Amino acid sequence: MSVIYVLISISIGVAAFFLYAFIKAVRSGQLDDDYTPSVRMLFDDELIKEEEIKPENK
Amino acid sequence: MSEQNCYHCGTQIIKAEEIIFDQKHFCCSGCKTVYEIFSENNLTSYYELEKAPGATPTNQQKFDFLDNDQIVEKLLSFNEGDQAIVNLNIPHIHCSSCIWILENLNKLDAGVVKSQVNFHDKKVQIYFSKQKTSLKQIVQLLAKIGYEPYISLENYDTKTRQVDRSLIYKVGVAFFSFGNVMLLSFPEYFEVNEFWIDQYKDFFRWLIFIIAMPSFLYSGWGYYEAAYKSIKNGRLNIEVPMALGLIVMFLRSTYDIVFDQGQGFFDSLCSLIFFMLLGKLFQQKTYSFLSFERDYKSYFPIAVTKLLGKEEVPTQIYELKKGDRILIRNQELVPVDGILISPLAAIDYSFVTGEENPVEKFSGDKIFAGGKLVGSTLELEVINEVSQSYLTQLWSNEAFEKDNATYQTLINKVSQYFTPALLILAVLAFVYWSFINMNTAFNVFTAILIVACPCALALSTPFTMGNVLRILGKHKFYLKNAQVVEQIAQINTIVFDKTGTITSNQDTKITYHGTALSDQELIAVKSTVRSSNHPLSRKLYNFLNGIEVLKLSDFNEVVGGGVIGSLNKQTIYVGSAKFVEQQNPATVNKTVIYIKIDQEIKGYYEFTNIYRNGVSDLFNTLQQNYKLAILSGDNDGERAALERILPQNTTMLFNQSPNDKLEYIANLQKQHKQVMMVGDGLNDSGALAKSNVGIAISENINVFSPACDAILDASVFSKISKYLLFCKKAISTIKVSFGLSLTYNVIGLTFACMGLLSPLVAAIIMPVSTVTIIGFVTLATNYKAYKLKL
Repeated sequence: MSVIYVLISISIGVAAFFLYAFIKAVRSGQLDDDYTPSVRMLFDDELIKEEEIKPENK
Repeated sequence: MSEQNCYHCGTQIIKAEEIIFDQKHFCCSGCKTVYEIFSENNLTSYYELEKAPGATPTNQQKFDFLDNDQIVEKLLSFNEGDQAIVNLNIPHIHCSSCIWILENLNKLDAGVVKSQVNFHDKKVQIYFSKQKTSLKQIVQLLAKIGYEPYISLENYDTKTRQVDRSLIYKVGVAFFSFGNVMLLSFPEYFEVNEFWIDQYKDFFRWLIFIIAMPSFLYSGWGYYEAAYKSIKNGRLNIEVPMALGLIVMFLRSTYDIVFDQGQGFFDSLCSLIFFMLLGKLFQQKTYSFLSFERDYKSYFPIAVTKLLGKEEVPTQIYELKKGDRILIRNQELVPVDGILISPLAAIDYSFVTGEENPVEKFSGDKIFAGGKLVGSTLELEVINEVSQSYLTQLWSNEAFEKDNATYQTLINKVSQYFTPALLILAVLAFVYWSFINMNTAFNVFTAILIVACPCALALSTPFTMGNVLRILGKHKFYLKNAQVVEQIAQINTIVFDKTGTITSNQDTKITYHGTALSDQELIAVKSTVRSSNHPLSRKLYNFLNGIEVLKLSDFNEVVGGGVIGSLNKQTIYVGSAKFVEQQNPATVNKTVIYIKIDQEIKGYYEFTNIYRNGVSDLFNTLQQNYKLAILSGDNDGERAALERILPQNTTMLFNQSPNDKLEYIANLQKQHKQVMMVGDGLNDSGALAKSNVGIAISENINVFSPACDAILDASVFSKISKYLLFCKKAISTIKVSFGLSLTYNVIGLTFACMGLLSPLVAAIIMPVSTVTIIGFVTLATNYKAYKLKL
């Protein structure tokens, strides 16, 4: 039994795992909208800023 | 600048109406209210994300139909126990502030659990608790903050709509196979007779075989299906040689491996499938947020108010029966044909006929579906159900069905010759070699079919078209699919609609004729028209910019006539010629508003259409290559003006009904003309659908345009000629790339015919041809777009 069998099986296994992850991600619908999440992730900062400003307004 | 523009919606503030609140300037109380709602709920970062992101809210009680549980039930996409999910279409979504506020809805309504925006589709998905809130409350809240959802008949019962993601799965699987097979093939490319490789070659080969299986069976399945269908229909599509190549390649490779002849062509097979799917994906990724297939359903409301005695019941419009009484409110669309019960009404038929100015109807008159009510609420008795109404019948007119099945795309035309030629060549080569060596003959036969697999040929179209669609989309011209590019390139006649297409819908030129009005009188006129909702009144009101508005002591609106107002003991009449009892032949066939103060007729305001910028230049350019025509639903009051700006041989037809337009197009087509129709609005929809290429002009591409092949943003109207030229260039690019890929095929075939096609040669020729073709068409289309200065 040569080590090449082990190595190649591992590499194919890793690739197969990525394929599985990709299909799972597509199926969940998270790749349907490629714009909104990119904007959404920036909002948290804005929220904190807004809380800082709030006392001034009152 | 910021002082003159509304803090909320960004429109210019009319000084007299300016509202200052919290040291910020607002154009109306609506905008101020939205700001108040946001600031009370600590949501003012809405304004920090973008400048002036909001829209003026509309205050309409038109969502009463959401009290009807049956309708709500149909709109919800999930409804179980206390939890419900609804998907709403919100046309106003346009910036990151919109995403932010809509995803913070739970701060405005405690019943909302979560809301999620899909920016491209302009949709928001709202999860809410039915005990704490209702769909109606949410929709009203949205309308109140300027995000009015668009709920039309189309939304009715759309629960089962599923997203088709199979192509992406296929690409994923194909990529997996492609990558691994390529890597595993490398040893055999170079070290054929080495001991180490010899030792493990079976392992490598069978592993390749196993990994290629999913790609061959699953990812490539669509091609075998398409080829089978096209053979069954007696036609030879490009899919036939492609499927043939793939299958032969697979069988030959399997044979090679089983009988230890070599490693086969699995690497080329996988790369082919992957690249072809990639091309398909590239082409498919167009503009999902623009809908091209719209019918009357997306214009019709989902429900109307039915009168049962004194009671008003919101009813789903499919449930309306002959004899029912319904209530239509101001600005609402009449969904069914009916008899007017109310004494008087003004109906705006611009949807159906293109004529902008409202038509007067009296008690007992028939009102057709598709009219929009202008003015006070009316009562109607239904005489036709929705399915039988004028508009739905117009829509189901046979002529609407486009005869696209007979259209032969360029690639199919080529493949019609390509496939038989290929088969003949393969057979001839087989016969020739069979006299020399049966084994080589068999090899040559399969090699020809493999190497000739027109992958590069099949790829050049999707990649060119995908890039063309992308470039045009960037320049605000959105095409439905790739076939439209080819069809545009063949056009020789262009028909334009007038109103809303070559004239702008939003601007009108207003000129005053008659005795000059004093400042006092102008104030009186403006104050009078202020209270009227008639479109012309609104235009006149906006035209009289910078003039003070005073409170009237008396006001009366005569539907279909005009308005009467009293100010400082003066009585002001503003309205049609008939209304002020004036007969002036000069104003017949023109859109005018007369001004009468006390008993004296002062003069009239004339409304003339403003033609879009560059119309004259555009027509002059176009007429060199195309036959032009203009169809208008209006009367010929503008003929002289049109003749001045347009080339002499332009055909002009007036008073055209939607059906006339359709007939006109059909007639041209009978003369074997390739017709492009450029129009807007529902009244052109028949003609747009009938024409070879229908282009809808839209001032705001997110608003609903009729079914068409392409949507053009109104701001780039004058560039039409450039876009047409660009489409033509794209086709010539494709032709050049065909030549290029055929050259590769000839080279490959030469090797194959000589019996020299080794896996290595195939592995080099196939990907190289694919990559050069993709590179060539991408560069060529970009360069042409740059050269045309789109």
